[in-house]
Amino acid sequence: MSSILFFLAAIGVISGAVGVVVLRNPFYCVLALVAHLVSLAVLFLLLRAEFVAAVQVVVYAGAVMVLYVFVVAYVGGESESIGERLRGATGSSPAGPVASGLRLGGAILGVALSIELLIALLGTGLEAIEGHGAGYSPGPQAFGTPAYIGKLLLTRFLLAFEIASFLLLIAAVGGVVLARRRGGLGEEDDRDVITPLDLLLPANTGTTAEGVGRHPS
Amino acid sequence: MSIAWYLAVSAIVFSLGAIGVITRRNPLVVLLCLELMLNGANLALIAFSRMWGNGDGQILALVVMTVAACEVCIGLGMIVAIYRRQLPIDVDELRELQG
Repeated sequence: MSSILFFLAAIGVISGAVGVVVLRNPFYCVLALVAHLVSLAVLFLLLRAEFVAAVQVVVYAGAVMVLYVFVVAYVGGESESIGERLRGATGSSPAGPVASGLRLGGAILGVALSIELLIALLGTGLEAIEGHGAGYSPGPQAFGTPAYIGKLLLTRFLLAFEIASFLLLIAAVGGVVLARRRGGLGEEDDRDVITPLDLLLPANTGTTAEGVGRHPS
Repeated sequence: MSIAWYLAVSAIVFSLGAIGVITRRNPLVVLLCLELMLNGANLALIAFSRMWGNGDGQILALVVMTVAACEVCIGLGMIVAIYRRQLPIDVDELRELQG
């Protein structure tokens, strides 16, 4: 039963990943990633990581992917056609055969990386990876349940937990700063600059009003 | 299923993500492929955590998810800023840091 579930989920994981890499439209890429994440959550469940699987589905497939969908809808989902159009207009970029050669080279590099990783992981001769994992006894505080993870997070890994929360805060502020609406080009230069010297001088110093000898009160 | 199968799946997902990062030109899709690579690493972490019956790997996977969320936040903010400046959404065209 569990091996059937494993193969179904693994097929979902790998086909979702292939879909992300291969599909042309970024919107379909995001949907393929959602399928990949949900199948990955099934694998996590098979590995007795119940809390991580729930977080994966709720946070990743729920929140982060919604953010992606919004940005794809905002930026416009035409895949790589913007670059193609510019390339056709300017003609200064690499030609088609070079680009496809680079793509083929990247794919060959990826396959080589995959073979290397598989050799490194499976060819080590570690006996433990042939087993089914450590013993597991069900219960309310068993391995991977929310109670177990919560206890670890608030005792042994409290520092990591707090640092992660600060990181999230910094990233949220940074995202708002990066994506805020700007008025347009040169908007920064129009801003009034107030230096400490300006505060010491009397009002209207250096203005046209002073030049013509009138001092509005 | 033995742990080795999970590790094989994680290696395949990681290298698929690497292929995507190398070959795709849309920065949105490059970010998605980065997510794939992080997910491959997460699967390996959780498999090793199961192998030893130790929760540390699961905590590390949760931290990786947090970092991935931060990366998505900053990356999408940058993409929106690039779009606002009406630059091409293409990593080949965005070779210069000068705006």
